[in-house]
Amino acid sequence: MAIDFSQETKSGSSGASAHKSSIFQPSIITGMVGGGLGFLFGHWAGNAIAGGYQQVVGSGSNDAAIVLGYLFAVVGWFAGLGALNYPLKKMLGFEPENVEHTSDPGWGKYFRYTTDHKVVGVQYLFGMLVYFFTAGLLALAIRTELLSPVHHIWGPDTYLEIVGEHGTMMMMMMTSVVLGPFGNYVIPLMIGSKKVAFPRLEAASFWFTPISYFILLSALWQGGFQSGWTSYAPLSVQQGVGQDGYIFGFGLQGLSMICAGTNIVVTIINYRAPGMTWGRLNVMGWSMVSLGFTMILSVPVLIDGLYVLALDRTAQTSLLYGPHGGSSFLWENLFWFFGHPEVYLLAIPGFGMVAEIVPVFARKPVFGYKTAAAGMIGLAILSFFVWQHHLFQSGMNPDMRPLFMLTTELISIPTGFIYLVGMGTLWRARIRLTVPMLFMLGVYFNFLFGGVTGVYVSDVPINVTVHGSFFVMAHFHYTIMGGVIFAFFGAIYYYTPLVTGFQLSEKLGKIHFWSMIIAFNSTFLPLFAVGLLGQPRRVFEYAARLQTLNDWVSISSYVLGLSLTFFVVTWMWQIVVTRKKSVRDPWSSRSLEWHVDSYPPPAYNFETIPVVVAGPYEYADPDALPMADIVVANAGRDVARENVR
Amino acid sequence: MARFVLEDSRSEEAGKSALVKILSVWAVVSIIGMALVWFVLGPHLAPGTMTDQAQGAQFDIKFVSTLVVPVLLFVWFFFGYSIMKWRVRPGEDGTLPAANLSGNSKAQGAWYVITTTLVLGLAAFGTYFLIAPAGAGGGEGASPIWTPGTTKLLQVQVIAQQWRFTYRWPQFGGMETTGIELPVNTEIEFNVTSLDVIHDFWAYQLGVKADANPDYNNVAYTKTLATGRFTVRCDELCGIWHGAMYNYGTVVSQQQFEQWATNMEQQNASVTKLLPKYSLTYTPSYSGAGGGYYNTSVDPNANL
Amino acid sequence: MKGVRLSKGARAGALLFGFAALIGLLIFGVAGYLRTSPPTVSVGASSSGSVNLVMQTDGAVGVGPHPSWVGYFVQDASGAWHQTTLIQLPQNTDVHVTLYEYDSGGNLRNSVWSQVAGTTGGVAYINGAAESVVNPNTNTGNGIAHTFNVPALGINVPMYGVSGSAKNFCNTGPCNTSQAHNTITFTFHTGGAGTYRWQCFVPCGLGYLEGNGGPMQSLGYMAGFLKVV
Repeated sequence: MAIDFSQETKSGSSGASAHKSSIFQPSIITGMVGGGLGFLFGHWAGNAIAGGYQQVVGSGSNDAAIVLGYLFAVVGWFAGLGALNYPLKKMLGFEPENVEHTSDPGWGKYFRYTTDHKVVGVQYLFGMLVYFFTAGLLALAIRTELLSPVHHIWGPDTYLEIVGEHGTMMMMMMTSVVLGPFGNYVIPLMIGSKKVAFPRLEAASFWFTPISYFILLSALWQGGFQSGWTSYAPLSVQQGVGQDGYIFGFGLQGLSMICAGTNIVVTIINYRAPGMTWGRLNVMGWSMVSLGFTMILSVPVLIDGLYVLALDRTAQTSLLYGPHGGSSFLWENLFWFFGHPEVYLLAIPGFGMVAEIVPVFARKPVFGYKTAAAGMIGLAILSFFVWQHHLFQSGMNPDMRPLFMLTTELISIPTGFIYLVGMGTLWRARIRLTVPMLFMLGVYFNFLFGGVTGVYVSDVPINVTVHGSFFVMAHFHYTIMGGVIFAFFGAIYYYTPLVTGFQLSEKLGKIHFWSMIIAFNSTFLPLFAVGLLGQPRRVFEYAARLQTLNDWVSISSYVLGLSLTFFVVTWMWQIVVTRKKSVRDPWSSRSLEWHVDSYPPPAYNFETIPVVVAGPYEYADPDALPMADIVVANAGRDVARENVR
Repeated sequence: MARFVLEDSRSEEAGKSALVKILSVWAVVSIIGMALVWFVLGPHLAPGTMTDQAQGAQFDIKFVSTLVVPVLLFVWFFFGYSIMKWRVRPGEDGTLPAANLSGNSKAQGAWYVITTTLVLGLAAFGTYFLIAPAGAGGGEGASPIWTPGTTKLLQVQVIAQQWRFTYRWPQFGGMETTGIELPVNTEIEFNVTSLDVIHDFWAYQLGVKADANPDYNNVAYTKTLATGRFTVRCDELCGIWHGAMYNYGTVVSQQQFEQWATNMEQQNASVTKLLPKYSLTYTPSYSGAGGGYYNTSVDPNANL
Repeated sequence: MKGVRLSKGARAGALLFGFAALIGLLIFGVAGYLRTSPPTVSVGASSSGSVNLVMQTDGAVGVGPHPSWVGYFVQDASGAWHQTTLIQLPQNTDVHVTLYEYDSGGNLRNSVWSQVAGTTGGVAYINGAAESVVNPNTNTGNGIAHTFNVPALGINVPMYGVSGSAKNFCNTGPCNTSQAHNTITFTFHTGGAGTYRWQCFVPCGLGYLEGNGGPMQSLGYMAGFLKVV
């Protein structure tokens, strides 16, 4: 598979130069060195500028130094990664080599700034797993504290730092958990493209995430932030320097989302193969377009809010502080104007993944293809008109509440579309209960609880009881973890053969699935009751009568942790140690991504751009043509069939 | 290759009879389930019946929970039946085509109409039960538009600060107490504000919840109907002691309340003199109490 | 790494090593950072059935990661001072508290905390004189430095500040009685076993918005627990 399209790369020569100076070749190591140097410079500059401020002298800590340190750390990080080499040379009039698009067989490329969307996808996959497991461990730390209403494992300050880290890290990671690994990896293959529209933007979108992870995590070592992932002002203005880690970590993740969203939208609009009409686009593609637009439109508002917060913290402006003319409501609105589209931009790719995978294992077309697309677009649009439902009890303009109640409840309609699509697709189907399919059915099961409890939360009179309680917490864990994370794991099982070339054990996968869904429900279902019985979120002390329920939940959460550990160990073991080769097209999918020359696919995906002549979901039509007439080296559809029971 | 023929079990007729089965079992089980939720679970639902707002919230939760039953059951039965009936058994070829069904205008149309009706109905329900009971116990901001029909209100100012609630009583000489007692059968007006960050006054059994914002008054109403103890918790993250920011209050007879309030007024007289004049919001002075974050020369109280 | 083909055993070994390293990192993070806490000073019961608790409040603790922060020192049985706010007390016991206050003062954010509450007799002795309400506006002009407030026990004891311009003002802790100070004494009853949080209601976290950040939100400085056993 030595393919050289020589479209714009000389991968052969770059490989040679890589061997020459491997230590100085830009990689994650030089990135870290650059980041460290940048931090030191920024920190020095911050001390030079603000060292004498009254607030700095009084508190003994300098937010300006930390913020500038982070700022220059990011610059140094990207410089160290070599991300700036190509654009700078280009700007200076040189004709630089495109060394970033590498097809080296080794592992080195995964630790470098590379522009192959498949490398970026794999980087994202591992990056997001690191995020997820770090934040998951923090969740177990929270549950450990809540084993007892009075006895404390952590200090109350440490407890809130853990809560804030858990929430922020999860909310940052969830935005990219499907788009990052699967959107980047699969979408170009799905639409029959050799590359993405903006490979450098895409690479940047990934490389923002490791540094945002480290910056966010570093907050813990600097006293953390006790203001949660929502970081309402003025509490967040009052916090110590840990809050700057929140601002910067979240902000960088925001930039990552803007880059990733822009790239995926433009790629889908412009890089579809001939014949890949909008009517043939995979539902996953529709979800990514909806997601991309939602990101591009909502994330800048978050970054704006974070910028305002950083100004209040470093330059003592008072944009969020009432007595000097600011308002704490400003942050609440800026934050949720991003925050509520955000939760839908978590859900949409999960729905896309579900609608993509279910037809493969139902051997039927997507039921109501247009309804599915409309559902996702509807979610994306409506998600911009609901944000004040987080502020029903805040003292906001009272007559806005019925309006936001209405818009919030309206959003049940496009969400319902996703259920209609799922139920219709399973109707008179031929259902293979493979591991990916089980996870997709799990999404429908879990999200249903999240969906119906959404009605409680959006109803203002009921919101009086449930707002800010564990009920809300259980609600959004059902939609996010029960929805998008189940879709994410299903997608891992589904795409591992394509991405690694290795086949996974169905048996191990089923153990993971059943233990996870049972432990998940056992963890979060009782929390609805805990909330209704009066336990607020983010507390380290609670009513003694709620201890039994809380202990049940904590123990279930440990089982959930064990189930996820089981996944990591067995999955890594299978792709690193046992490495059973996958057959071609193991799930008998019609979709283009499975019909490439090799698993993993070659550097430029397709030898020739495929011409699409049929849709991806015509499973029920015995006479349907393949989607495109792709010449493959070892066409073996029969081999694949034998593999499937 | 021989022409593929779909099995009878996946035919349109099989689908129709399956639908009849699902719907009939669903209807029966739903009615039972709804009755159980309404009559058995309903009276025990949060947040109890100590005030009119708590009663209202309990009714709303009961109503929505009852409606949720058929929705959950419909989806479960539909998924469950489909998976049981149309799953691939061992030895079968799971890659053969199934029913070529890419949509059904009747089913889709019915779905759109039913979900839209349900959603609009719920929004109307929520709006009515927000407006009729004077804001349903939620914080209505500084200028409430839905108020109780009486002017005989007991005013209680809730002052949140890091990390305790105190209560100020304008009808009792503007005294400030750390505890709270309320008379039964009385309409209460809570004026909730904060001296520092955002807190939230959640009097669980009273069915009241209102954010305490700095420099802002947030009003909520409730009418006490029964005596007993209630819990007040902070419900908006406010820093280290957020989890410990709670206290208990009691609803007592009107006579007991008068006695308590009069006693407290006397006991606290010397402190009351030191308090700022009663007002709906307070901006503490910077001198020593501002933490030196902003320069004292910009003390917002300096030009008052 | 390029071109290197590892054997199956080597891959398994590398993976297991990776898992072990992760677990090690985790234990290090939890034990080395998240579980660290200020020391708990235990005040044992004396023969008379009551105990003595001696503490001091300093404008700058002078030790640890935040030497410029305001904080408490607690004296243990041997007379040594520990910078902490975690105090273990016996249950159902009268605790005689002696507080040496070395910090300068200011206003309360809420004047209701001028009142002494929850102590025996509802009074605290400030340099020997019994007071039940301290007026932040009319005392010596040095304001109130801190309050010792235990919500669950109903205790609130405000402490007058010393003049920040006093010649022998204690700039860094632990301070000693040759430096400018006020001595506050009071007695409270511990009641049943439990963990009771306590805090200060003077916004004394200098350099933080509304004075309630930093030391006010960190155990060991102006936030702590009375562990009654």
